[in-house]
Amino acid sequence: MAELLSLKEAVARLVHDGDTVALEGFTHLIPVAAGHEIIRQRRTGLTLIRMTPDIVYDQLIGAGCASKLIFSWGGNPGVGSLHRFRDAVQHSWPVPLEIEEHSHAGMANRYVAGASGLPFAVLRGYTGTDLAAHTDTIKPITCPFTGERLAAVPALNPDVTIVHAQRADRSGNVQIWGITGVQKEAVLAAKRSLVTVEEVVDELEPRPGAIVLPSWAVTAVAEVPGGARPSYAAGYYERDNDAYQSWDAIGRDRESFTRWLDELTGVKA
Amino acid sequence: MTEYTSDEMMSVAAARALGDGMSCFVGIGLPSTAANLARRGHAPNLTLIYESGCLGAKPSRLPLSIGDGELADTADAVVSVPEVFNYWLQPGRIDVGFLGAAQLDKFGNINTTVIGPDYANPKVRLPGAGGAPEIAASCREVFVVLRQSTRTFVEKVDFVTSFGHGTGKGDRERLGLPGAGPTLVVTDLGLMRPDPETSELTLTELHPGVEVDQVVAATGWKLKVAGDLGTTPAPTEAELRILRDLTRASA
Repeated sequence: MAELLSLKEAVARLVHDGDTVALEGFTHLIPVAAGHEIIRQRRTGLTLIRMTPDIVYDQLIGAGCASKLIFSWGGNPGVGSLHRFRDAVQHSWPVPLEIEEHSHAGMANRYVAGASGLPFAVLRGYTGTDLAAHTDTIKPITCPFTGERLAAVPALNPDVTIVHAQRADRSGNVQIWGITGVQKEAVLAAKRSLVTVEEVVDELEPRPGAIVLPSWAVTAVAEVPGGARPSYAAGYYERDNDAYQSWDAIGRDRESFTRWLDELTGVKA
Repeated sequence: MTEYTSDEMMSVAAARALGDGMSCFVGIGLPSTAANLARRGHAPNLTLIYESGCLGAKPSRLPLSIGDGELADTADAVVSVPEVFNYWLQPGRIDVGFLGAAQLDKFGNINTTVIGPDYANPKVRLPGAGGAPEIAASCREVFVVLRQSTRTFVEKVDFVTSFGHGTGKGDRERLGLPGAGPTLVVTDLGLMRPDPETSELTLTELHPGVEVDQVVAATGWKLKVAGDLGTTPAPTEAELRILRDLTRASA
């Protein structure tokens, strides 16, 4: 059964130094507040996983929380590059960042294998690309039935997955709708999971097409209204596009980033 | 005649390549602009598919990103990311994959990963693959749209993120790739198509007012020019109106 915890307590209990951590969300429902709490609690040596690392991953990387990133597309969606990510890859600032690089299809299938309790997934992708030569977790495999050459990728089973959702009930059942990305697979693949939600309600009103993660499949739920800002939560608020655009200038420069970080963590400049 | 920019010509030319009734897997940026322009103009029955899982999106403005809520709100269906790649893209159900690129080489191979020869110590780290490798592999054909310069149009890409025609004709078949690969490249200067014999990208059409020398100078390899070089028709008033309305509604 999922425990209802405060965000601070949930992160303190579930995310440890050196853990493999996935904060998933596909443009929609990014668990930004949880990422900021990880920064405040000064976790280090994390292996971060995410299909589409965006601003909050730029912030975690710039704050020195991560030593490795497993990903398929790292950018500021609709704006441009992630400059803290670039600085870490190109200049090891503030700490070196190892990368394990996949395509979206590869990452999605790795989560599917993880959620399915299987050791690997198989797909037709990667053929002819240079990705396999630089990524140890892409291997050729021959179909035992047809002889076709395919790509095998190992399951992703994060120590902890964190996602944001619209709502949960008091027993910790979670409801998510809209663009749901790989959130369900990422939660089911993980050893522990935290879902931050816009609100906790007495009863979940059925919504056609919505995903329900039952309480027994989730470790903890934390009520964090606005927890996905500046990304959006369908039915609650829209994307704050100005925030995405203004991040470009903050993230571009180590000094302005450090000022931003000090403000977040409450350090007097 | 209304004045227009070279970027507007590029978007219009790219949009015209999409036929009514086609399905198109849409990349963000220039491809998304072109695909939305096509759907609002000559191809009202164009099915737009975004990798966030939005199938049949009909946005009223240009989406801010691949996962814009507007795409979900207007889609025929919203599915998970594993589903969009495994059930819809991989089996070859999509007619056209529409991609951008940071670098493109003379055989239509795409790089969106790193600039520089050393992957571990790149000159510039780019966003990475996203959905593009599988889009390039599995769609029936691929259109690429990007601005032309010697920086972007290179003899050989530093990193093959998405496979085009490899080192020439026959490479795709040898590797067992199901789709036909890049069949059209649209730039701000003209159109290129793979040569039927060699698969090398060849200039086949110039945009109005552009000279061959200009395109050659903006290409990082010795560009071949088709014998029957054509000229792209200038954007019509209607095309420009739709494009500008779309851009304005998205500002």
